[in-house]
Amino acid sequence: MSGPTIDCERAQSGASERSGISRRKFFGYVVAGTTLVAAADIALSEPATAAVPSPPQVPELYDLNDLLTDATRATANLITVTINEDGTASFALPRAEVGQGITTSTAMIIAEELDLPVEKVKVTLADARPELLFNQLTGGSNTTISTFTPIRVAAAIARNALLEAAAILLGDEVNKLVAKAGVIQAPDGRSVGYGELAKRAAVSETKKVEVTLKDVSEFKVIGKEQKRIDARAAVTGRKVFTTDLRVEDALPTMVCRPPTLNGKPVKLLNEAEIRAMPGVTDVAMIDTGVAVRARTFGQCIDAVRAMQVEWKPGPVAGESDEDIVRKLRQAEIPLPKISELGLDKIGIGPVNLNLVKSIDADFLFYFRSNSALDTNSAVADVRKDRAEIWASLKSPIVTQQTIAAELGLPQHKVKVHVVDGGGSFGRRLFFDAALEAAKISKAMGKPVKLMWHRADDARAGRMHGMATSRVRALYTGKQVLAFLQNHTSIETDYRHGLGDLITASVANLPTGLGNLGFAETIFALTQEIPYNFGVVNQSLVETDQRFNTGSMRNIYSPDVRTAAELVVDQLAAAMGMDPLTFRRKFLKDKRVLACLNKVAEVGKWGRPLPKGMAQGIAIHKEYKTASACLVEIDCRPETVNRKIPNAVTGPRVTKAVYAIDAGLVINPTGLRAQMLGGINDGIALTLTSSMHLKDGHFLEASWDNYFYTRQWNTPPEVEIIVMPSDRKTPGGAGEAGVAASMAAVACAYARAVGRVPDYFPVNHRDPLAFKPKPFIPPIPQSPTNGLKLTW
Amino acid sequence: MPEQTFILNGKKVTVDVEDDVRVLWVLRDILGVTGPKYGCGINVCKACTSHINGRAFNPCAVRVGDLEPTDHITTIEGLADTADGELHPMQQAWLDKDVSQCGYCQPGQIMAAVALVKKVRREGRSITDADLDQIRNICRCGTYSRIREAIEEGARNM
Repeated sequence: MSGPTIDCERAQSGASERSGISRRKFFGYVVAGTTLVAAADIALSEPATAAVPSPPQVPELYDLNDLLTDATRATANLITVTINEDGTASFALPRAEVGQGITTSTAMIIAEELDLPVEKVKVTLADARPELLFNQLTGGSNTTISTFTPIRVAAAIARNALLEAAAILLGDEVNKLVAKAGVIQAPDGRSVGYGELAKRAAVSETKKVEVTLKDVSEFKVIGKEQKRIDARAAVTGRKVFTTDLRVEDALPTMVCRPPTLNGKPVKLLNEAEIRAMPGVTDVAMIDTGVAVRARTFGQCIDAVRAMQVEWKPGPVAGESDEDIVRKLRQAEIPLPKISELGLDKIGIGPVNLNLVKSIDADFLFYFRSNSALDTNSAVADVRKDRAEIWASLKSPIVTQQTIAAELGLPQHKVKVHVVDGGGSFGRRLFFDAALEAAKISKAMGKPVKLMWHRADDARAGRMHGMATSRVRALYTGKQVLAFLQNHTSIETDYRHGLGDLITASVANLPTGLGNLGFAETIFALTQEIPYNFGVVNQSLVETDQRFNTGSMRNIYSPDVRTAAELVVDQLAAAMGMDPLTFRRKFLKDKRVLACLNKVAEVGKWGRPLPKGMAQGIAIHKEYKTASACLVEIDCRPETVNRKIPNAVTGPRVTKAVYAIDAGLVINPTGLRAQMLGGINDGIALTLTSSMHLKDGHFLEASWDNYFYTRQWNTPPEVEIIVMPSDRKTPGGAGEAGVAASMAAVACAYARAVGRVPDYFPVNHRDPLAFKPKPFIPPIPQSPTNGLKLTW
Repeated sequence: MPEQTFILNGKKVTVDVEDDVRVLWVLRDILGVTGPKYGCGINVCKACTSHINGRAFNPCAVRVGDLEPTDHITTIEGLADTADGELHPMQQAWLDKDVSQCGYCQPGQIMAAVALVKKVRREGRSITDADLDQIRNICRCGTYSRIREAIEEGARNM
């Protein structure tokens, strides 16, 4: 298996962005129009200057974000800021908002360069724009990293054009005018608002202009606490998600799915009966099941439950967790032996191999679900000559291309609208519901509002593949000579490519070879051991394409980091060192070290705790951010066995302290929100949340089966510290909170119970805490006793 | 088709629909009141939490035919009208603490929070950590700590 090829020259040419130095002069455009439209090439990037550190692992030199950002450099397409006559600015963001707060941070970035209040900046989500090629993928925590500069350039150009128009109107020189809060003022006190200038600043022919961006020291909006711009809509019930849309005649639609994963429908045996049910308007068989359209979703549920369907079994029929574990074990490759490592070349002089000791560890991570609260859903209106789709989509261009191909329509005849998503956690990189809705709408000849039932979303939705992570650490005395890690995983599906059909097609090559290349590349570009551990080698093997997988929030990192940090604690113990002291000694990254020291101080590392309670500490570095997490866990029986009605309780994380250096922070409030989510994800991944495969299907069918962190498991005490940073460019945030949290909880758990767990979550092999819901019918009926349960 | 009558956010509504359709679908699919969200349909995620006659209930688990014409149903859309001011104090607390991430579960969270404050007041006490621990509304974005802070602030202003 060969690793990914990284073009080093190219990697270095973008090094100033990588090392966090920014430049300020750029070209952009004033675009012809009736009102002022300023534009920048979204592929703008930073120039080359700084050197790269050496000898680094790949992500230090060139990480996933550089791949994503560089992919965008190939295109030359414009994003535009429009000034409206009501004095507002509008911008259609070519990314998906799924809760991560990018519409808010984008409004802040525009407000900053435009000198306009944040509330006057209207950010919407752009429809699929195929001309943007790679540049409409929301993933890899890359949004702010890749859009920060182009958005600023467009906004700054708009501001300059407004100043020029104001100079003519007010009869003064541009450099004597002051723009503030959407108003331009002359020295004599006369002023004019942006709204009044919107038309005057418009041009009839597009022109290229140069602009100088503000210096970081001038920032008044970026870096300040900003509440979400969609918060009011959310708390009043007015925020619109896909299933809230009212598209004419798009009636509720659901699919009856097979009793084994990815089985296929053969025949609906009682079609006449189903068609005669109350509310039902249409029934159609598609490749994934039997669809029904009705007046209400309740009547869809009734119809799905009444369907008698002949099924062809799915590809994992009859298999269970233990069969998949066996397959993974067979796919594992041996870790390198001492003699193969070239220890004499790492600069520590001759090594007496007889004195080298080894710590070998082996961890198993079960399947986990990234099902969001807003299930897979889409509205589709497919006509003979055109189609229109609405859904939360992180790769809308490949969605458009795939649906066009499926329907036999030219790409431009398929209009794809991106709707706010109720969570993603990686789910919305794919467009399963949009494609399915298009097929159903075509089959029925009517618009449909497709919603996956929760049971479908849980059992048949995409998930994080089962994986093993094996680590071999070699040490002598107080020196670590080598740290070797092999991660073996059920295939992670990257067939969305980089958001366009060209790369999606590469990932889609026969026998999965293309996808394997993608997986290896993503792995190599994200994984890093930021310790001075001599020979460091991390590798990935993926196997088995039969499952519905995808990038779950932070992809490989939570598992890989947890395995690594647990071994770091074992190394510390072997050397008679405290976990904090050990990390301080071996960490090679100053930003990570600063985070580590901060959580140790705030979280009072080493404070005395009763037997059965313990602290855990862990670090992570990815997405150009550094972070550390300290948690305290309570594993005493009285806590583990605490009773909450119908709840899985178990060990309680009582405190979490998280420090993050995310470079230039746009919105600290939003960054802390993402870390809070990451902490709760990490707790679930270590302690409670997993999917059980049994006889060809997953057992977990709803939130009473899948134990994501709930109020009874969330830490009562949480402190998140946004670290000051010397980086002048932003890092990624959306996924940056998961890995260190999961690892810290695992380390704390191991210390509290005095045993290092070898599988996760730690409760996976406990007796099932629920009675599995039936597979036929595939979805449960809604209860009727709600009036007896009011409180 | 049977005629169903109840009071929704202060206004009498009448809908022609079968008795056994759950109230959630009557609200969302027929009346277009989409604040209460679907998250499970089996009364475990609590995303649809609303109020009936001032108490928390989950419309996914109630047949519309079981409602009385005099039953008052309040959804997130009608919550503000039950208090003075443009927003209910609990909604304001949610804004002050910037609780929402994706926002999908938050209407249900707020409706549960208001009901919880009322419940403990009926019991002559104030909210404890144990009460907060027992809130069943799931938030897959993991906003739990901010929810707890907001409930405490909202309760102070209710």
